[in-house]
Order: sequence, then structure tokens, then C-alpha cells
Amino acid sequence: MEMLTVLLVVIPLISAPITAIIANRYVAWLITLVTCLALAGLSGVVLHHVISGEVIHYELGGWKPPWGIEYVIDSLNALVAVIVAFIALITVIYGSKSAEKEIHDSQIHLFYAAFQLVILGLLGMALTGDIFNLFVFLEISSLSSYALIAMGQKRQALVASFNYLMAGTLGATFFLLGIGFLYAASGTLNMADIALRFDQFSSMTLVITALLFILIGLALKAAVFPLHSWLPEAYTQAPTMVTVFLASTSTKVAIYVLIRTLYQVFPNTYWEEMLLPGFLLLSGCLGMLYGSYKAIRQVSIKRLLAYSSVAQLGYMVVGVGLNNEAGLIAAIVHMFNHAITKAALFMAAGLVLMRLHTTNLEKLRGAGKTMPWTTGAFALAGLSLIGVPGTAGFISKWYLVQAALEKGNYVVAGTILIASIMAIMYVWKIIETLYFEGPDKLTVHKVGSGKEIVPDLPVATFCCYVMVATCFYFGLYTDIPLEAANTAVEVLFSTGGGQ
Amino acid sequence: MRNVAAVLHFCTDNPPTMMAYLLGHINYWLIIAVMMVGMFTMMSSPNLMKKLAGLSMFQTAVILFYVSVGKVDGGTAPIVTEAATRYANPLPQVLMLTAIVVGVATMALGFALIIRIRRAYNSMEEDNIHQQMEAEELD
Repeated sequence: MEMLTVLLVVIPLISAPITAIIANRYVAWLITLVTCLALAGLSGVVLHHVISGEVIHYELGGWKPPWGIEYVIDSLNALVAVIVAFIALITVIYGSKSAEKEIHDSQIHLFYAAFQLVILGLLGMALTGDIFNLFVFLEISSLSSYALIAMGQKRQALVASFNYLMAGTLGATFFLLGIGFLYAASGTLNMADIALRFDQFSSMTLVITALLFILIGLALKAAVFPLHSWLPEAYTQAPTMVTVFLASTSTKVAIYVLIRTLYQVFPNTYWEEMLLPGFLLLSGCLGMLYGSYKAIRQVSIKRLLAYSSVAQLGYMVVGVGLNNEAGLIAAIVHMFNHAITKAALFMAAGLVLMRLHTTNLEKLRGAGKTMPWTTGAFALAGLSLIGVPGTAGFISKWYLVQAALEKGNYVVAGTILIASIMAIMYVWKIIETLYFEGPDKLTVHKVGSGKEIVPDLPVATFCCYVMVATCFYFGLYTDIPLEAANTAVEVLFSTGGGQ
Repeated sequence: MRNVAAVLHFCTDNPPTMMAYLLGHINYWLIIAVMMVGMFTMMSSPNLMKKLAGLSMFQTAVILFYVSVGKVDGGTAPIVTEAATRYANPLPQVLMLTAIVVGVATMALGFALIIRIRRAYNSMEEDNIHQQMEAEELD
């Protein structure tokens, strides 16, 4: 069992260079697919093993912690690994056509190699129990995502990628500085060891500085309002496949690290008396309102969804900021639910983009009549984004509102409801344009004459509907994410409070 | 606020000790200076190349910080010899080897992006690029 966990990182580490060396686009896709299949299977087995509360420890190279690097897998990071691996798998199946179309033939194997490196980085961040190792994985995933975003078709993609590189590196360097302060205070890099001996050095002013640097660094990575400025452009300009994958996983993993740091590195008894929970609530609430407001005003579907991501991240931050068990469960479950919902929506947006070469709503009036399946996916996944009962989005918002009421924080509960109404507005904006306007004659944009065939994309459409079905499945059968979240939260609060 | 008050009180009461405090932490003051220069360049310069240079300085300052933290009074480089009994802490130095590699990779990627941006927009000035971007069709 222990060996399986490290395979999650080792497999992509081996397959990525192989993909880069074998310069063949079909083989590259096949290797990526096989890798993702293996990772999805492994992560599923690991989650099944730890969901009831068992914890797997794996010592790299046989060095005992706290000296060696240790992988610690409990139900929380197994859930994150499952999100990453399964979304990667479905994205690879979905994206074979879109990657062929958007990426130059000579670069496609490098594209897949970089894609595997992002998966590697995100899985590593999820699994490691060593805080410096986490920084290294964070940089692996970030560097490869900068490269992937820069492969977007338009030249704006380059600027988006450069801005992301600036913000991302600044965030990672802040994180590194925070680790430095923490190491200076504690003399160890093992997260469990830091938490265990926290009382010995918690009185040092250094520790607060460390906490703030780590928090700001992670908030930049997770695009928490007001540090989100890199996100909308990066997601809009990236190739379809990259947008689908990054939008549903990368910020979620950063939120996971935030949760892990705030509960198992710094005990929550340490920071709950500070201004910090208030700040998290404020930034979460403002993020929800601002993201939703900006989403309503967008005309490009991709940018609209990107701003909606900023808003949805606000829900997770609020869940952490409430600092009670229900809030944390809501944050973790929302992490899971939002990942599948956003994957479905960005897949639908990608389908529109591939078929009509635009996601500009003004050019998509009445598209619902000519492409009912693609637009149908928008409508169904949109329900989950709003949080209609019976969909995945409802479950987490319900828990979040309950958590806010439990704390007696009516302002937060009200803000969540207002943001949900705003979500109805921006989802309705898409639906209205697609179904109730027009009927303009649909045109394929930016193509020479004689090529105006709207391509059918059966595989990609199927993948999109798989994600839509997942949204509904986890709206009705909530066992897996809820059980994992429950187990995780029990552990998080016992380590935080018990010290 | 209490801390600030305490430091101010400390400064006015003990000028010589204050001096010793400032001099004793001279490496940290210099590191903070390098860091702030880097960050300021990154934020203020419209030239992409200078922005990247600022970022590099900022990263370098963190590397210096780690090495400073690992310094032990009277310790030598952490290589086991007969002549020495005290060594600097090797762990921060090892960590920084990794961080340097990460920094190099970031710089390489940044330069590659700048080359492509310059080819695409024929400019490295942020203002100019933004003007061109605004003129483009949105999506």
C-alpha cells in the first residue's frame, strides 16, 4: 500500500520525459492517457483505503522523518489526488481533438509532456508531508502551467502567461520565505513535526511573520480575492484542454494546501484569536460578490467562467474562515464539487470554441437550436454552478450556509445567498443568449471560405456529458466527498485543538 | 503595536545597544534592501525585461536569507575535516540549491516568453503592449 502512494508521483515523473523524447503526437497522447488511467486507478485505491480514517506514511528512500521526506496520505489529500487524477483522465480523452487543433504538430508531444508535469506537481503537492518538498512540487506544477498557457492560439496568451509567471513566482517566493522563517523558529521542515513541537516556539514573533508570508503566497497561487488578477486572462487564453484541467484542479490544490497549513502546520488555536478568520471571511465575501459581478458583465463565455471561478473560490475561503467543522466540510466538499462543475462548463465552452471558433456571446445568439447537445451541457452544468437542489453545487452551498448560521454570522450567510442569485444571473445570461435570442444564422468564425463545416465531436461531447452526469450523481449520492471530508475534518480539528 | 512601542522605548533608552542591534543584524538589513529593490523594480518598471530582473533579485534575496539563517558563529563550510569542529547548518544551503534551480528554470521560461512577446507585439514595454491588446478583438 505504501508503495502505491509514491507511484502517484513517480509514474508521471518517468512518463513525462519519455513523452518529450518520443516526438510523435499519437504516442504522446497514448502515453498520457495510460499514465492518467494508472494515476486515476491508483488514487481511487488509495482513497478507498484511507477514507475511513487510516493514514498511510511513506518514507522516501527509507530515511526516517523528520530528517527524511515523508508522504502522509489521509482522506483529505487522497480526495484531492482523486480530483486531480480523474479530471486529468477525462481531460486527456476530451482534449485529443482540441489539442490537435490548437497546438502546432511539432510541439504536441512537448505539450503532453508539460501536461503530465502539471499533474505530477499537483499530485506531489497533495501527497507530501514535507513543507519544502511542497514548495518544489508547487514550482514544478506552476512552471509547466506557464508553458502550457503560453501555447494558447492568440498572442494575448503570451502576455497572460507572463503575468501569471510574475504573480505565481512572487507567490511561491513568499511561500519559500515563510518556510524559511518557520524553519528558523522550529528547526524542522516536516509538517507533522512542526505541529507537534509548535508550543515550544509559538511565542516567537517570527512565527506570525512565517504564517503571513505563507498565507499570502498561497493566496496568490489560489487566486483568492484580491490576489486573483492573473486568473481570468490565463484561463481565457490558455488552450482548451489546459483551461479545463487548470480551472478545475490547480486553484483547488492551492486551497487544499491552505487548509493543510492552517490546521496541521499552524494549529487553529494559534490563529483563531487573531484578525485572520475575519480577513478570510472578508476576502471570501468580497471575492464572491466581485467575481460574480464581473462574470455578469463579460461577453466571452470563457472569461465569464473564469470570473465565476474567482467567485467560487470565495466560497471555499469563507468555509475556511468560518473555522468550524461544518465550514471546513463545506470548503472541502465545495472544492470537489466545483472541480467537476467547472470542468463540465469549460468542456462545454471548449466544444463551442472548437465548433464555431468563438466563445463571444454576441456571436452565439440562438446557438441552442443548431447545437442542442453542446448548449444543453451548459444549461445542466449551469444548474450545478448555481446550486440547484439535486446537483453537486447545492450540497456544498447548503453546508456553507449552515456553517455560517451555526456561527451566527448572518452577514456571511446573506452574502452567500446574494452571490448565488448573481450566479443565476450570469448562468441565465448564457442560457438566454443560446436559447432565447436570435435566430441569427450561425457562422463559423475566422475560417477561409469552403471550410465552414461545423465539426462533430462525439468523443469530446461524450466526455462533457460524463462530467455533467457526475455533477448530478454527486448531487444525489454524496457519500464519497462527504465521508472523506468528515474524516479529514475530524482529524484536522483534533490535531489543531489537542495541542 | 505593543512591539513597536517596546522597540521605540528600547531605542531611546539604550542608544549603544540599539547600534549593536542594527550592526549585529546587518546581513538581514542588506537582504531586506535587496528584496525591496527587486520587488519595487518588478512593480514599477514598464519594461518586461526589467520586471524579470526585479523578480530575480527578489528570489536571490530569499536565497541569501536562508544562507544567513544557517550561519553558525565560528562555523565553517559544512565539509567534515579534522581542522574544524563547528559547521554552518548545511540544510538551508541544500534547500537553496533546489531553490536556485527553480529560479534558473523560472528565468529561462521568463526570457523565452519575453522573446515570443517581442516577436508578437514588436515591443517589450508593458504600456505599448496593453495599447495593442486593447485594440484587438476580444475573443
